Amino acid sequence: MKTIDWPDKRRTYFQVLAFALFVAALQYAFLPERSFGPPLVYSFFIASITWAVIDFGRDLLAGSDETGWPRGWRGIALVVGAIAVGYLLGSAIAGRLCSVFGWQAVDAGSREDLLRSSILITLLAGMAASYYFYSKGKSAYLERKMGEARRQADEARLRLLESQLEPHMLFNTLANLRALIATDPPRATAMLDRMIAYLRATLAASRATTHSLQAEFDRLHDYLELMAVRMGPRLRYSLELPPELAAQPLPALLLQPLVENAILHGLEPKVAGGSLHVVAHRNGALLTLVVSDTGMGYTPATPAGSGFGLAQVRERLLSTYGAQAALDLATPPGGGTIVTLSFPAA
Amino acid sequence: MNPPRALIAEDEPLLAQALQAELARAWPELRIVGTAGDGASAVQQALQQQPDVLFFDVRMPALSGLDAAARLADEWPQDHPFPALVFVTAYDQYAMQAFEAQAVDYLLKPVEPARLQKTVVRVQQALAGRAQGAMNFEATLAQLRGLQQAGAAPAARPLQLIQAGVGTAIRMVPVDEVLYFEAADKYVRVITHGQEALIRTPLKELLPQLDAQTFWQVHRGTVVRAAAIEQVTRDEAGRLSLQLRGSAERLAVSRLYAHLFKAM
Repeated sequence: MKTIDWPDKRRTYFQVLAFALFVAALQYAFLPERSFGPPLVYSFFIASITWAVIDFGRDLLAGSDETGWPRGWRGIALVVGAIAVGYLLGSAIAGRLCSVFGWQAVDAGSREDLLRSSILITLLAGMAASYYFYSKGKSAYLERKMGEARRQADEARLRLLESQLEPHMLFNTLANLRALIATDPPRATAMLDRMIAYLRATLAASRATTHSLQAEFDRLHDYLELMAVRMGPRLRYSLELPPELAAQPLPALLLQPLVENAILHGLEPKVAGGSLHVVAHRNGALLTLVVSDTGMGYTPATPAGSGFGLAQVRERLLSTYGAQAALDLATPPGGGTIVTLSFPAA
Repeated sequence: MNPPRALIAEDEPLLAQALQAELARAWPELRIVGTAGDGASAVQQALQQQPDVLFFDVRMPALSGLDAAARLADEWPQDHPFPALVFVTAYDQYAMQAFEAQAVDYLLKPVEPARLQKTVVRVQQALAGRAQGAMNFEATLAQLRGLQQAGAAPAARPLQLIQAGVGTAIRMVPVDEVLYFEAADKYVRVITHGQEALIRTPLKELLPQLDAQTFWQVHRGTVVRAAAIEQVTRDEAGRLSLQLRGSAERLAVSRLYAHLFKAM
């Protein structure tokens, strides 16, 4: 059971009291010839008891997180039950109290009328107040939810950008570029062009778009060319895209984190380096993309943070293609890592 | 005086060449005696060549620049002065703060000629000081220790139980019973009285989770319960080794951690 939020209870109770005062004032306005005392006392007790039963009953019954109210019929039953209890108990106490004060609460003649109208008033007021608090809880929940979702989206985008504009990669690439400018200007120009294309694609991808498999492979080519300059003979790679699949759409830079992981955690830490292959093929209705490397292999001891790339790819696959998509990670006995993605072809 | 000799350790070939070219301009007398593409071969070459200056890239395969320097300090012959160390890094905010605090110099990639010139002057001063016997090996060791500890923040709650896989079962080993941890290839051996278990968590990740007062790192691959140490002895070559209570096994103490053992 959750702990009782006393400040919230107090706040709610004061609002209920204000509402009860309003109801009593309304009654007095309709029948000014009667004294203000009895309706006020009745309102006070009925409202207080109804409030207590509902508000503490909500805590006892398993309320939904969304609104803080029990779901479905249980919520309605609680409100109706609380109004009945509030009316019976509240009017009994109020009647006793009024006779103590010597107030004539009920005229003998209009007893039945009064009973009907007071039941009706209690029912209406109770329902109105309950509905008000219910919708208030719900809108607060929705607002909270929306804020959370926005925060999460912002965070994910920031992390995506951060992972793609990883400072280590950026400054090492710039250092290579600086070295090439002096020794091999044409190669430096080519490297700079690759880098521009890579940066442009990275910034565009953080705005979540789709592009063709051809564009995806072009960006991977840019990235791998940059890495090939940096790693020299330690990196060999191949990209295999059958021409009939070139126009297939996919979320932009979906494969990028997988290729980056293969380099960062697979090939870069390996003294001898190795090779990396990216292949696309079609199996009936499914498009399959495979990123494989001959690096260190995926182990639970792979440095922290590497999980983000994989989790992000899985999430994007799932949100785009749902249950039809699959991501499979394998470590073949010969070493290295194979990541296989499959999703419905267009 | 012989011309100073330097070793460059850098895994990216173009950057190694570029640093060599920049150094040729900034310090023409300096002879580059070798370049290594990974940390392990950097240690090997340094031991062979005995250079005066080391330029170590921080992020390298097999062994990081920091780990390579620590290992080198451990294996460096005692009668030779330890080389002046310069770390080279592309970007590492945390390490940079540590470098800043230490006297060891560091260079940021891409290396700028003006900055390199400053480093050269600093290294030249260090070498001149070394010739007069002012360069202190102990100070270098302290700097390396500081750099190694810079990345690891201690865990909020010390580890209580080690969960070691034995076949298909998991064995629970209370940390209170552990005598020492020893890195062995891809595993870490967890040694208790009369028993031994293997875990996959690297020593580097395990260390911040252990109480630093209770467990002491005495070697790059060994962490020992301090209270279990019976005595520490020094051999003719000046190397320290530990003997544990009720155990015949001897554990080597690396030079980096020798400062822990001094008679009161």
